[in-house]
Amino acid sequence: MSRYRIPGHGRVDHGAPVSFIFDGKTYQGLRGDTVASALLANGVHLMGRSFKYHRPRGTVTAGSEEPNALIGTSRGPGRFEPNTRATVQELRKGLVTESQNKWPRLSFDIGAINDRAYMLFSAGFYYKTFMWPKSFWDKVYEPFIRSAAGLGKSPTENDPDRYAARYLHTDLLIVGGGPAGIASALVAAKSGARVVLVDENPEMGGALLSDPSVMIDGAPAWEWLDTSLTELRAAGVRLMTRTTAIGYYHQNFVGLCERLTDHLDTPPADAPRERMWRVRADQVVLAQGALEKPLVFDGNDRPGVMLAGSAQTYLNRYGVRVGDNPAVLTCHDSAYHAAFDLADAGSRIAAIIDTRRDVRPDLTDAAAQRGIRVMQGHTATGTKGRLRIKSVRVNPVQDDAVGKPVEIACDALLMSGGWTPSLHLFSHTKGSLAWDADSNTFLPDRRTEACQIAGAGRGLWGFGPVLEDGVNAGLAAIEALSRSGNPRDLPVQNDRLGTGVSHTELPTDLSAGKAKAFVDFQNDVTAKDLRLAVREGMRSIEHVKRYTTNGMATDQGKMSNINGLMIAADALAKQPPQVGLTTFRPPYTPTSFGAFAGYLRGQTFQLTRTTPIDPWAEANGAVFEPVAQWRRGWYFPKPGEDMHAAVARECRATRASVGIFDASTLGKIEVAGPDAVEFMNRMYTNPWTKLAPGRCRYGLLLGEDGFIRDDGVIGRLSSDLFHVTTTTGGAARVLNMMEDYLQTEWPDLNVWLTSTTEQWATVALNGPNALALLKPLVEGVDWDDFPHMSVAECSVAGLPARLFRLSFTGEVGFEVNVPARHGLALWTALIEAGKPYDICPYGTEAMHVLRAEKGYIIVGQDTDGTVTPQDAGLDWAIGKAKPDFVGKRSLSRPDIVAKGRKQLVGLLTEDGSKLEEGAQIVLDPNQPLPMKMVGHVTSSYDSAALGHPIAMAVIEGGHDRMGEVVHIPMPDGVRRARITSTVFYDPTGERLKA
Amino acid sequence: MLLIHCPYCDETLPELEFAYAGEAHIARPVDPSALSDEEWRDFLFIRTNARGTHFERWRHIHGCARFFNAARDTVTDRFLVTYKAGESRPDLTVKESAE
Repeated sequence: MSRYRIPGHGRVDHGAPVSFIFDGKTYQGLRGDTVASALLANGVHLMGRSFKYHRPRGTVTAGSEEPNALIGTSRGPGRFEPNTRATVQELRKGLVTESQNKWPRLSFDIGAINDRAYMLFSAGFYYKTFMWPKSFWDKVYEPFIRSAAGLGKSPTENDPDRYAARYLHTDLLIVGGGPAGIASALVAAKSGARVVLVDENPEMGGALLSDPSVMIDGAPAWEWLDTSLTELRAAGVRLMTRTTAIGYYHQNFVGLCERLTDHLDTPPADAPRERMWRVRADQVVLAQGALEKPLVFDGNDRPGVMLAGSAQTYLNRYGVRVGDNPAVLTCHDSAYHAAFDLADAGSRIAAIIDTRRDVRPDLTDAAAQRGIRVMQGHTATGTKGRLRIKSVRVNPVQDDAVGKPVEIACDALLMSGGWTPSLHLFSHTKGSLAWDADSNTFLPDRRTEACQIAGAGRGLWGFGPVLEDGVNAGLAAIEALSRSGNPRDLPVQNDRLGTGVSHTELPTDLSAGKAKAFVDFQNDVTAKDLRLAVREGMRSIEHVKRYTTNGMATDQGKMSNINGLMIAADALAKQPPQVGLTTFRPPYTPTSFGAFAGYLRGQTFQLTRTTPIDPWAEANGAVFEPVAQWRRGWYFPKPGEDMHAAVARECRATRASVGIFDASTLGKIEVAGPDAVEFMNRMYTNPWTKLAPGRCRYGLLLGEDGFIRDDGVIGRLSSDLFHVTTTTGGAARVLNMMEDYLQTEWPDLNVWLTSTTEQWATVALNGPNALALLKPLVEGVDWDDFPHMSVAECSVAGLPARLFRLSFTGEVGFEVNVPARHGLALWTALIEAGKPYDICPYGTEAMHVLRAEKGYIIVGQDTDGTVTPQDAGLDWAIGKAKPDFVGKRSLSRPDIVAKGRKQLVGLLTEDGSKLEEGAQIVLDPNQPLPMKMVGHVTSSYDSAALGHPIAMAVIEGGHDRMGEVVHIPMPDGVRRARITSTVFYDPTGERLKA
Repeated sequence: MLLIHCPYCDETLPELEFAYAGEAHIARPVDPSALSDEEWRDFLFIRTNARGTHFERWRHIHGCARFFNAARDTVTDRFLVTYKAGESRPDLTVKESAE
């Protein structure tokens, strides 16, 4: 047993040793230890290197606010986690941990050269240094910064763990299981309300675990704690430990992250690692306590320098003395009790250095009784020791004059700069804060949610006042719940009341410009950096924060915000409330992505929609591509074919005989009702009144701004029924837009809208033999009256069908819709019937090529939300005689009738090369940089039918530039291309009439 | 996660069921062709962007699918009232004094 561990002391199990590995070396701790407490018990203070200067660092706290002791932990393959706080990670058998930010090893780190070069790395260094020579940026500076930057290593494998999520509805949620929270719960539970009490620690008790010296209600603190928790359990209060309230949102919605298995030696198979609780509570009590502030002086980051209250926690909760010979540096009474507890446990206190001249006599008397030297009115001006503090330099201060220094040898330095109420969750609710000049801190002020704030979290100190406040908060909460409760008297003996003062940097006799007095330990922000930021013109605390990165570390300013504010306010010669506090944002502590995702990963995060024909495509070797949420067959390669060969074959086969295509993903909306035609007239640009039942028409949908939103072929089945098709990705948007107009602008129209996308399976047949193939399978169609752009309800292959005659390829074409459950049967029947014609299944790529050869646009590819019908060459689709339709008025807006708009044209390269989609187009390739870009390539394909590549593009004034040559600068040279019509193949449409 | 009261379902339900739909009480002109370019521009693009009470449209898209109106405070994100499409803007001063 290490000599720093006090046998039988604390809440660890002295009979249960647990071994673990830190940086390759095996150590022994006890069940109940954290990695930090176990290392301290082994005399190890050095736990990491800092982010920027790579300075050696030890643990500075004992809780979730720890900025320094960040370690990598591994729980086996795929279960590596960086930046775990050693102060939070509970020991378990075989735990493997490692320190971070060091090379080659923790005790000797090359990166510490940055510490010597600190002049280069002052506040905002990345805005100022590395500026010249310019050529050094790519080759020297950026690679160097990238390799040096970052905190810890990212895991390289997918997280194999499961994460759970649950909802919880309760009357009262109490955040913080310290004395205030427990007192609230005790009175609230009696009222019959449903109560949930949560705490981030493995056990309830809060400050009582760290300081058990008091008597509560006649019992020793830990006995009272046990009795109270038993009472709460008996009353049905849900007690949740290892559960962090990470965020407090509107309408009393609180997120809790519960850690379930990281502390277990062998987690049960399939047990979730963490569980996110989404809690809706009628009332919330925030009893989060307070965080101790560091003091700001040169060398305050040396391993062995830690918060006094944390040393007390290590002693009383884990039975660990943080040193044999610690010194104490304080401006608050609380640190005296840490010193007394350690002295009583066998450490020799080197000195209590108090910045205050006047200290309560009972404290100095108690120190004298223990033989502890108290140095009142003193400051600390430096520390020594390479990897662990060896001494602290102390000077008297008289009337702002700093006197001669003395060196005080010590192996730890326990500091206390006073306490800051933990305001994080309250701030999430936009609750306002009020500056309390007496305690030099912000306190919660105006509440926006149904919550109470109790205990040290609103600036109270001492167990007596905190317990009483907890009782009152509990009573207020149940009163707000319209329940009645009784006050409860919780008398406290031996209470350790206390007060303190507050500082910016401690006064020093040395050059302040050379001091490394850290404010944000993790981000290596010093007091000097903050003052520099103010000198360089930062006035807002938000700017100071971002310029220096103060408070931006993983502890989110828990240690640094108030000290940073005090220093910035001093530099600005303003009062702290005038400078203000930066905003606390969720999560309260770093939270795993897994916990946020919960069950929502893979298919449960984003499902894949498949058509009824998808199994056939899969069985026949389709290569798929995602389109919106759908997976669609992209192309169907034969053995030995690459994509290019397969697509060319599919295109050729379709134009030569017949191709078959799964078009089931097309959006489909049924527009029905007596006013259906009027509704269609108002929504779409085209005229619908004269479209006879049994005929269909290409429909174009604009936004009210006049830009193309969607398109598709629309069939009129009867006078009051339209079968509308939309783009695959646009179906939901179009239905939403239609519903919007119908419900809110034209509620007088008698129309019903129904999404039928998934009710129909749609199979397209295209090619010169499409009609011959289909005809024998169809019953109920009068072929003498079924020209191009017709629709009929009939049967195909014995299945009930809506048959469209239309074309998206320029060949004779059909789209057969059958109820989705018959989709696969229809497809296989057509494949079978098509064998004599060498029917060829084609995918979305061939579909794109075939439509581009005909100049048919794809909304969202050839248009981008700023393209009008005129721009796209679709003026013919506009019902000019109609008095109104959505977007009509905008077609005469000044910007839309202006010259020089980007217009859709065809492009053919002079050298026959294929252009890249998205490539920018210029008129003069010899103009100076930056060139004027007049448009871009929207579609580009190899055309098997034409034997050369084709492209479409939007180009300023393109319709008036037919035949002109434009230039497309690419990395390997400038391409020349001639502007053409968008219709490359069969421009007169002869093939449709075949 | 806000809780939103659907005036058609008469139930208060999680925000996940709803979709935002822009500012309320901007009726499409009966005859857009009668509007000047400036008037049409204002209808298309100009919004109040209120700091404080904002009248806006929501759709209970994963519920009854109806569009409705709401008054929401854009500073506190609090819903003051929701009401059916077509109803006139409620007088919130009356509501406040009643509370």
